[in-house]
This record gives sequence, C-alpha cells and structure tokens, in this order.
Amino acid sequence: MKIQIKNGHVIDPKNNIDSQLDVFIAAGKIVALGKAPEGFIASQTIDASNLIVCPGLVDLSARLREPGDEYKATLISELQAAVAGGVTSLACPPDTDPVLDEPGLVEMLKHRAKQLNLAHVYPLGALTRQLQGKVLSEMGELREAGCVGFSQANIAITDTQVLWRAMEYAATFGFTLFLHAEEPFLAKDGVAHDGEVASRLGLKGIPSAAEALALASILRIAKETGARIHISRLSTAEGVDMIREAKKHGVNITCDVSANHLHLTEHDIGFFDANCHLKPPLRTQRDKDALSAGLKDGTIDAICSDHTPVDDDAKLAPFAEAEVGATGLELLLALTLKWANQEKTSLAKAIALISQSSAKILGIAAGDLSVNANADICIFDANEYWKIVPSALKSQGKNTPFNGLEIAGKVKTTLINGQVVYQSE
Amino acid sequence: MNNPQLDADGRLRHLLSIEGLPKRILNQILDTAESFVGVAEREVKKVPLLRGKTVCNLFFENSTRTRTTFEIAAKRLSADVISLNVNTSSQSKGETILDTVDNLIAMHADMFVVRHSQSGAAHFIAKHVPDHIHVINAGDGRHSHPTQGLLDMFTIRKYKPDLHNLRVAIVGDVLHSRVARSEIHALTTLGVPEVRVIAPKTLLPTQVEKLGVHVFHDMKAGLKDVDVVMMLRLQNERMNGAMLPSAQEYFKTYGLTQDKLNLAKPDAIVLHPGPMNRGVEIDSSVADGSQSVILPQVTYGIAVRMAVMAMLAGGQNSGSQVGSQA
Repeated sequence: MKIQIKNGHVIDPKNNIDSQLDVFIAAGKIVALGKAPEGFIASQTIDASNLIVCPGLVDLSARLREPGDEYKATLISELQAAVAGGVTSLACPPDTDPVLDEPGLVEMLKHRAKQLNLAHVYPLGALTRQLQGKVLSEMGELREAGCVGFSQANIAITDTQVLWRAMEYAATFGFTLFLHAEEPFLAKDGVAHDGEVASRLGLKGIPSAAEALALASILRIAKETGARIHISRLSTAEGVDMIREAKKHGVNITCDVSANHLHLTEHDIGFFDANCHLKPPLRTQRDKDALSAGLKDGTIDAICSDHTPVDDDAKLAPFAEAEVGATGLELLLALTLKWANQEKTSLAKAIALISQSSAKILGIAAGDLSVNANADICIFDANEYWKIVPSALKSQGKNTPFNGLEIAGKVKTTLINGQVVYQSE
Repeated sequence: MNNPQLDADGRLRHLLSIEGLPKRILNQILDTAESFVGVAEREVKKVPLLRGKTVCNLFFENSTRTRTTFEIAAKRLSADVISLNVNTSSQSKGETILDTVDNLIAMHADMFVVRHSQSGAAHFIAKHVPDHIHVINAGDGRHSHPTQGLLDMFTIRKYKPDLHNLRVAIVGDVLHSRVARSEIHALTTLGVPEVRVIAPKTLLPTQVEKLGVHVFHDMKAGLKDVDVVMMLRLQNERMNGAMLPSAQEYFKTYGLTQDKLNLAKPDAIVLHPGPMNRGVEIDSSVADGSQSVILPQVTYGIAVRMAVMAMLAGGQNSGSQVGSQA
C-alpha cells in the first residue's frame, strides 16, 4: 500500500519542518517528504489541502480501563477514541483490576491492543506489587513484557525507604518512574483545592503543600539515586518552581501537565459540577498561569490528556462521592491548540508538546515524521470549530468539564503504520 | 452559570443555600415567617396552604430535632408528611440517592426536605428532579443549612431590628460547620457591617476571610463590644485528636462563660443551633441565662420553615393568605 498525502501543511517539530510538503508512505513507513521517491506510484491519495499534517499524537496518560473495569470503558472504545483524537500512541497507568504488576497481564494487554490495530498501547507497569507501596514489582520482567516505565498511578508510596529502594532499583536498569506528586496524609479525603472555593462549598481540601512536600521527597531521593523521574500532572505554581530549580541543578527529571489544568480553575466547580472532580484538583488562577508559563519556558515538557473514562452512574452522586476523572483523548489536540492560541505559542511548539516531547519521555519511536519512521500521522484542520457533545464522543466515558464548548482543531484523518484508521465524517 | 435556586422569573424554586439568594428573597422569607409565628399560638394550629401536598423528609444522616421541626412545619401547613431515614447501609446495598428520590417522586411527593452528609447533596438532587418538585436543604455536609441560617436571622431581627448597626461574632468549629457558612452568607447579604469568626486555626477553613469575615483567635478580643454571639456545636469526634487536644482545653479557651460574655455589649444575645455540649462550647449558666435566645430560636425555626415551604409550594405571597384563611 502506497499513500501520498498531498498539499498538506507538514509540521514535524523534531525535524524542524513547518511548510507545505507532500508525504509519501510505503509499507507502513514514511519513505519521503516533499519529492516522491523514484518510481513511487500512490495507490491512495489523501488530499490535505488547508490541513495540518503532523506526527500522530503521543499521550502520556490515558486510562483504558481494561482489564477489570469494562463497564467504564473497553480497549476498543478507548482506542477508537484515541485515533479519533489523532492519538496514535499512548501510555496507560497500571491502576487496572487486577493491577499491571504481572508480566502476563501486560503481554495480554499489548496483544489485545495490537489485534485491534488502532493506537499503539504502551503500558506503565506497577512500581510496587498491587500498588501497595511495599514490595517492588518485577520490573525487569515487566519491561520485557512491554512496559515502558513504572508508575504508582494516583497512589503514593508512603514509606520513603521503599520509594528510595524503588528509585535505586529502577536507576540500576535505567527505567523511568512516572510519579504523581501528592503527599497522601495531607490529601486524605480531599476532593478539591484547599482554597476559597472548597471553603465556601464545604468540600475537604487538598492543599498545594501536598504537591510540594511530595515533590521535595521525590526530588531529593532522585538526586541521591540518579533515578530517571517523570512527574505526572503537575498542578501548582510552587511545583513548577521546584521542577525549574531541580532542572537547573541537573536532576534527571521531566514533567507534564494535563490539558484540563491549562484551562480550568477551582472556580469551574461552580455549584458542585462533578465533571470538575479531578486528580490532582483544579487549582487557582495563579497556579494555572504558572503551569502555562512553565510549559512555555520548557520547565514542563509535555501535555497529557489524563483520559479517565468514568461510567455515568459513577458521576451521578454528590461531588465528593462522584468518581474522579474526565474523558480526554478526543479533546487533547483541540485543548492544546486552544492553549497555544491563547498564549501566542506556535503550532509547531504546541504539537511538539503532545508528540515529539512525550515520545521522548516514554523512550518510544514515535512523535516524528522522519524518513523510515512508522507512518503514524494525524491530519487536522486547525481552524475548524466543533462543539464538544458528550454523546458524540467515541470514548465510553462521556464526562467532561468542557461539555458544550465550541473549540477549534478537528481531526480529519489518522494513520497508523501507514493505514487509515480514522476518517472524520 | 444559572442559579439553581431561582426560576426564570427570579422566584424561589428550591432552597439549597443562602449563598446566591438576593437580599430581597431573604427578607421575603423572614417577613413571611412573621405571619406564621402567630399560627402556633392559636387553638387550631393549622393553615391549609399545603393541603393535598406531600412533603417528604429524606434524611440520609441522622437528625431528630431538624426533622421534627420540618415535620411540625409541614403539618401546620396541612401537608401530608412522610419521614424517611435512609441509613447508609441501604445506600451501600446499591440504591443510589437518585433511585430513592425517583421512587418517592413516583409516589407523588411534591417537596423534599433533604439532609445528607456530603456537601452538595441537595444541589445534586435539585439538579435531577422534574420542574414541579421542590427541594429544601436541611443540611449538606459542611456546606449549607439554609433554614438554620434564616431562623438565626429571624431571631436576631426580633431582638436587634437594625441589622445595619450590628457587630456579630460566630464562635467555634467554623471549618466543619454548615451552620456557620449559612450564617455568614445571611449576615453579609442582609447588610450586617461586621461579622467576626473566633476559633483556633485548626477549626477555620482556608481563606475564610474571603467570605467577608474578620478572623479572631483570641476569644476575649473577638467578643469585645459585639451585639450578637452565635455559638457553634463542637462534634464529639473533633474533641480529641489533631484538631484539638481536649474538650477541657477547648472550653477554657473558646467556651462561652459569663465572664467572657461580659466583654460583649451588656444587651448582647447568645444563639446556639443545638444540640448543645454544655461545658464544652457553652457554660450552662450562659445557655440558660437571661441573654440566651436559644429556645426562641427553636420556636422561630418552625415559622421560618413554614414560610419556606409555603413560598415554594404555594406561590410567593403566602404570608398574606394566612390571616384570611385562619
């Protein structure tokens, strides 16, 4: 199968390409950009006039809910959502049921995902058995089974001795740890940022200090052990400052922010909107501004969707009892573009934050349009507005704080390994 | 963002929290309540405003006093009253709040009086009921207890009619108190110029000053020259732990004694939402003393709850009908 993507505006941040070029694909790989290779006869031509052609997006955090929580979402529903959102590779956290702490489970997940022939799935293995923060998982075996890194999902390791050993062990083999920075005692039972809104609504708060304290431990131990750390979903201004300092001092660390936190604050909770019950909690305008500045100056390396599909019933409860999470895969591109537009950041930089940069963090071959790279490609209209209508989303999770928003950036075609896997109606 | 408590014409549709209600509505409720105070003193303590309506007290959290006053209020308005204690065990068996509510709507309940341990529960129910159903919040978590806030205002207004010249202190566990939040919003909305909160830092919410109050940690300084002292109940489970070392120490520093009360204006009044912990947040001699208006609060509570129910179910001019139908 040979494909020619014609007349599109190609943006490939890794190779500094930002111009109108044709893309030529053969046998699932990109074979040329610009000029057709000798004797290339396309069996399929995709007209990308007035559209952006960029690397398929790479999401650092997307829950697929398999195994165990199929009533919330299934592999097929969420991977269809991924490609509808232009996401061609994604990392999934290990907090499934059972948790991803067994090589067999990881192999099974990889195998099932591969059969679907949709987005590539890169599991993050459980850092400790059952995510209990006590016994290290078999990281080596899990790595062989296909894990690209290790994570505790939203569950903190309370025992700093275990955290230290986990980092040492991971550092021995060069594994990356994906950690969510939240001190569990301060965050206990908290459901919203500990500030004005939580005080007014009578919701139990999670102070910003919970992130700062956890980060302080992680950064200190990372410095000691040399472990390679990625902080998932930073949420506070202080956190951004701490990462900036750490990077200045050569700590081997990267971090991301969720697209939700670039656009929302505690005030969006309004009258107890359970769609805004997220982890970490939505914080203040000042925090949101600092996250944005951190992205611009490179302190924050990437944007993730934090895709967490929740079944409708689980959200039908008073705020604190409503399950945490929002759907995100299909919104990642548009929310990133909206941020870039507000912050007067170039399209190329915005795309890098959800492709090249995240691929580099995961250590996977993705996120660029180099010759010989897998032809994982997203083609979108940067100017077409669409309305976020939950029922129209492919994801089984229909809950989003952005319900009803009109937003620019519509995915038209998604290719994986040189095959069209999504085409907008 | 639509205010879920008001309908398109700005009339009261649900009573969920004091916050978000304009002064006009608060005054209307208080004025309506005035006309109901007399009902209890008649030989036939009933008016027919809610005849044929079914009021359902839906208590997901235990309460005797509040439930009883709502029952009496509904019965004096001639409503049929059902009271349900939905204990948490039947909830954990799988029936959701909405299942329970839907079942009662199917039995033709017209009005729900809801108490729940989670903040936002009343808003949640109000969001999911059909247009003709009214919801009254009888306390949701730490968030709001609007009828308590209103009856406190009613009581204050009885003794100190000029609200624009008052200094009010709220003392105790503001952090966990839905009563405090309702009182603060009611006082500031009605134009009370100085509202103080007095508590140790462990019992104050973050950025409480953003609610428009002055913060005091020293009770003696906080009580100086106030006209009204509003005490809060200290829950038993908070008395020993990381919030407070002991009930004894709390009483010593924040318990209301006559000595401390003497720092307030000589004619200051003392309120408490009940049930009281004598010897913890309030000394018996103050609770039963001449400045205490704690029992009148309970009496007025019924009139205020009647006013709210009448306004929700029977239109907005309920007060004027009381006399003619007596």
